[in-house]
Order: sequence, then C-alpha cells, then structure tokens
Amino acid sequence: MSILVNKETRLIVQGITGKEGAFHTGQMVEYGTTVCGGVTPGKGGQTNENDIPIFNTVSEAVTATNANTTVIFVPPAFAADACLEAIDAGIDLIICITEGIPTMDMVSVKAALDTSHTRMIGPNCPGIITPGECKIGIMPGFIHKPFGNVGVISRSGTLTYEAVHQLTEKGIGQTTCVGIGGDPIIGTNFTGLLALFKDDPATEGVVMIGEIGGSAEEEAAEWIQNNDFTKPVVAFIAGKTAPPGRRMGHAGAIIAGGKGTAADKMTTLRNAGIHVCDSPAEIGETMAKNLTQLETV
Amino acid sequence: MKIHEYQGKELFRNAGVPVPTGYPAFSVDEAVEKASQLTTEKVVIKAQIHAGGRGKGGGVKLASGADEIRKTADDILGMNLITHQTGPEGQLVQRLLVEEASQIARELYAGIVLDRSSGKFVMMVSTEGGVEIEKVAEETPEKINKEWIEPNEDLQPYQARKLAFALGLKGSQIKHAVSTFLSLWKVFKHNDCSLIEINPLVVTESDEVIALDSKINFDDNALYRHKDIADLRDFAEEEPSEVEADKHNLNYIKLDGNVGCMVNGAGLAMATMDIIKLHGGEPANFLDVGGVANAETVAHGFKIILSDENVKCILINIFGGIVRCDRVAQGVIDAMAQVNVHIPVVVRLEGTNATAAGNILHDSDVDFIVAGSLNDAAAKAVHAANGE
Repeated sequence: MSILVNKETRLIVQGITGKEGAFHTGQMVEYGTTVCGGVTPGKGGQTNENDIPIFNTVSEAVTATNANTTVIFVPPAFAADACLEAIDAGIDLIICITEGIPTMDMVSVKAALDTSHTRMIGPNCPGIITPGECKIGIMPGFIHKPFGNVGVISRSGTLTYEAVHQLTEKGIGQTTCVGIGGDPIIGTNFTGLLALFKDDPATEGVVMIGEIGGSAEEEAAEWIQNNDFTKPVVAFIAGKTAPPGRRMGHAGAIIAGGKGTAADKMTTLRNAGIHVCDSPAEIGETMAKNLTQLETV
Repeated sequence: MKIHEYQGKELFRNAGVPVPTGYPAFSVDEAVEKASQLTTEKVVIKAQIHAGGRGKGGGVKLASGADEIRKTADDILGMNLITHQTGPEGQLVQRLLVEEASQIARELYAGIVLDRSSGKFVMMVSTEGGVEIEKVAEETPEKINKEWIEPNEDLQPYQARKLAFALGLKGSQIKHAVSTFLSLWKVFKHNDCSLIEINPLVVTESDEVIALDSKINFDDNALYRHKDIADLRDFAEEEPSEVEADKHNLNYIKLDGNVGCMVNGAGLAMATMDIIKLHGGEPANFLDVGGVANAETVAHGFKIILSDENVKCILINIFGGIVRCDRVAQGVIDAMAQVNVHIPVVVRLEGTNATAAGNILHDSDVDFIVAGSLNDAAAKAVHAANGE
C-alpha cells in the first residue's frame, strides 16, 4: 500500500518540452511511472522523445488521457498560473517542482486549492515516490526500497535522500516518500500527509524531516497528539546552528522574530512523543529501533 | 532583499503614507545643506544601515543649528554602529537620513507579514510602539490586533477602521490612520514585499498619523518583476563573500566557525552544519552549491570558502541523485587543480555511482580525506580543523 500515488497513477507533465521537464520525464518513464501526456502551450499535437503526446492546455490533456495527476516543471514566473490551470482542469493531484515562485502568487494558488478538490504537493520540492510503483519528481529512484513499511515526509530535497538512504541501508523499505517543499506557502503540510499515513495499513512508522522557520512541525506535533496517531514518528529538524534572520537557502527556512528555531521545534516534537534525532546520521537507526520494538510488543 | 529607511520612506511618500520631510545625505556637508532645507528648528539625524536597534546604538540623534548638525552628522557618518542586530562586529555607517523632528503624542506600531499557517497576509497594529514587537507578542499578545487580507483582494476600509479603533484613535486621527493602512497595503502588494514594519507609527500633537520609521523587506523570488526595487540594493550592507557567491548562483552565508562546508541542497547543508557542531566543531558557513556540482561550481565554492581566513578545513558533502557522484568527484579534482587549496579537504560522496566516485578520489594525486558516512565525514572534518 501507499499514499497518493501508485501504479494506477496517470501522470501528465506541465512544461514537458523544457530542459528539466524533458529530462525528468525520461527518468520517470524509465522508473515505470505512467506518463500519458505533456502540456506545453503552442506545441499541442507534437510528441516528445518518449512518444508522449503533447497538448496545449491541461484540460485537453486530461480529457484525452484521463490523467489524474500532474507534475509541474514550469519556470517560476509562470508556475503559479500552471497550478491554477491544473486546478481549473479538475486534476486530483498536483506535484509542483518549481523553485522560486513569488509568495504573492502562491497566496492565490493556495486560495484556489482551498476551494477545490485538488491536492498539491510543493512547490520547491523533489516530488513524491511510491517505490517500485510510481516516481513523480526529481529524486533518484534507486535509493528507495519498495514494498516497505515506513512513510517519509520532508521539507528538504537531498536531506530526504540521505534519510531514505539510511532507511534502505538498514533494510527498511518505504511506502511513500513525499517532499513537501521548502517555501513559506506549500500545498500540503505534515498534518495532511500524517492523516493519510495514519489510514495506510502498510505504513507502520513515519519519518518527518523538518527545518527552521514557520510552525508546520509544531502543528504536526499537535495533530499527532490530538488524533490518536499511534505509529512511531522519527523526526529530524535541520538548522540548529542556523543564525536568526537569515534565509537558509529555502525561502521558508528563516528564524523570524525569534520564532521557528530548531531547538523550539525539537522540544515541541519531543513533548508530543516523537522520537527526535539530534543528529541527521541517526534517522535510519532510530527508526530501525522503533520498528523492532513494535515487533516485540 | 532589504532597503534603507530613507528608501522605504520614499516608497511610502509616493503611495500616500505620510512621512516626515527629510533627505538622504552621503557626506557631512550634504547633511548640513539638506538640514537647511528643513523647516523645523530641531532635525533628526539617522544612521542608515540595514540593521535595527540604531537608536540604542547611538545612531539616531536630534540636533539644532548648523554647528550642532555638522558635529552630529560627523559623529554618526563613518561610525561603526553596533546594535543587537549587527552582531559584535557592527556595521559602517555610510549614509544618513536628515529629517524634520515630529511633535509626538503617541507611539504606535503597524506592520504587514505573511501568516504562513493560513497562507494569507496579515496587518498587525499595536499600541506599544517604539519597543520590540517580538517582545510585545511574547509578553502581552492581547496588545496586538490583526486583520487578515483575503487572497486576491485588498485590505478593506472596514478592516482598516477596526484597526484604527483598536488603537484607541479618535476624531480625525481615525481618518488619517485608515488612509495610512490602506496605502501601506498597496505598497506591500505592488512591490511584492515580504515584510513592512513601521515602528513607531506616531500620532502627532496635531492629530496627524506619520510613519517615523520604515522597514521593508522584499520577496527575492519576485524581484525579477520589480527592477526599480532591485536597483535599491546596497551591496555595502552585505557581506562581500556573500555578494560574490550570489554572482555565481551559490547560496552562501558566512558564519563564525572554522569548518568550511560545501553541500548540495539547503536542508542537507543545514544538517551538515548541525552535525559538525555535534562533533565539537563550528561550521564556518552555509553553502548550497545546488543541483550542478561541476568543476566550475566547486571551484567558485572553494574560492568563496577560502576567502574566510578562519577556515581550517573544508568538508564537501554531496548526495548524488540525478547528479552522478563520479562526475562530482572529477569536478572536485579539477577544481582543486584550478584553485590553490592549502587546507585539508574531506570529501563525502553518497548516492548515484558513489563507489566509482570513491575509486576516482583514491586514485587521484590530490590529497583528499575520503569519508564514508555522515558521521565519519563530520568527525574527520572536525579533527582536521583542529590540526589533529
């Protein structure tokens, strides 16, 4: 089992003819993802190098291919519009990879998401993968271990790969790994995904990778306490050594007005019964211990 | 991106947010000359640096008469202003703002920020002007009033009125405040700001509402559509090595430690800093080299890290996903040939083709310290930095 994406997922790629879009379409096809169409305005009627049909609009693509999911590789100045177009076309799930979308634009996208049935992952994220079934995004597929029992939710990219790599090295496979993105406004936060992992029988534990800035980790801690979430959660918060007031790469990774420090987040998570690792090297190990304890109970 | 107070006040003035009459000055003579154009007896001379807390640090002073104005301007211009936001090294004052002194009846606070939880912008006001708003939020949160701005809409007049009444304003003060708040939102929206703060927003003895200060930050992601704003950037306020890194699309932040780090990805870069600290070391910087860790990028990274004389060792931590580790290894070797790196370099490459990468590093003539796990890398880097 898994959440959000699996072998039934039918994907279209917005920005399929761009450099990034074209390259990663190839990678996703190679992994086994069903990519049934692409969208580049003005290039409708053509096909790409993987023989995937290209459409001018998302609604045309959805009508023709019966796609339920889209991945967005559109440049930042046009990405919010691409999200709005996908929402308007009634797609179920948007994965927005694009980094650098203006916050003002994302406020509009978030509002449109709130009044639609569409769910969005990202922006500024590596994407989502259900190992062995469906890879949507830019993550390296081979580090993942299929048919596992641990879900991963992360605000980071390469740090997620590091965590997944540690799990795989310990022989722990993953159900679904989701990069939720490093921006101040994102489509889906920890809480939304924890709810899905709670209902996924295959997921026996969850790894949460947070970072400085905002209060998404604190909200997750509160949600876990209030919703009888009994699966073990292992967390790491990046940025304990980050100086306040500086944006640490991700637009959302900033300690503002003394709020959003790693130390505060770690304390809040620990108080909610979450196993917080001090070191990013202990994520796999800590999850392994927790899963072993489950078996012995 | 940040701008100076006088630049922010110019944006305010053009949008209809009342500010005191004043002018920037880049020399003492210019300050005296600009002061002579003001109509009040007393003038305020304000150091223009990007950090807050200037008043407490001695960067804001009242003066009257040409002699006192000259002396005060001379004292402030060129001083190394130390505030709680500059850090102990302080910031050199290279610009002044000379403006008319106001007759202050009340000091208030007004600001606009993003509320990340709701995904909406929020205007906040408080009766507690002139003090740190974070402190007010912490100790007396009931003294902060908020109105959320609906997406795709503007701050509404009724919301501005609610805020004005919450501040206890009366009579014509209300009209002035409402107009100020509505204009403030326009400044925020039209320029893609990420933060506006007026602290203090003052009520004068003649019931006017005036922005006595301005702090404006802009959304870096939106600067492409605001060339006029991007042109206001003052590079003298930024760390030179960070400006240099920015030119090469490297995300670099200088810190105080001695272990330099070069990492791909912001989260992993922060985690690498954290694990250096856990091993008893101090990170010298944050550096995200992004998705393309080729010879050119790595060479620029080396140069920027080495421009910090405190650095005693460099830790390269790359998790190869789409970027193959063997290519990164070759890139690091090529970069070492271009740049004279005279301190130990610890390399940890994990992910795609990591084994091949390890072989390339081992077989090269360059003297690397090759590391396996994240722990191993941090331990080796801290040892090397300590000269062990």
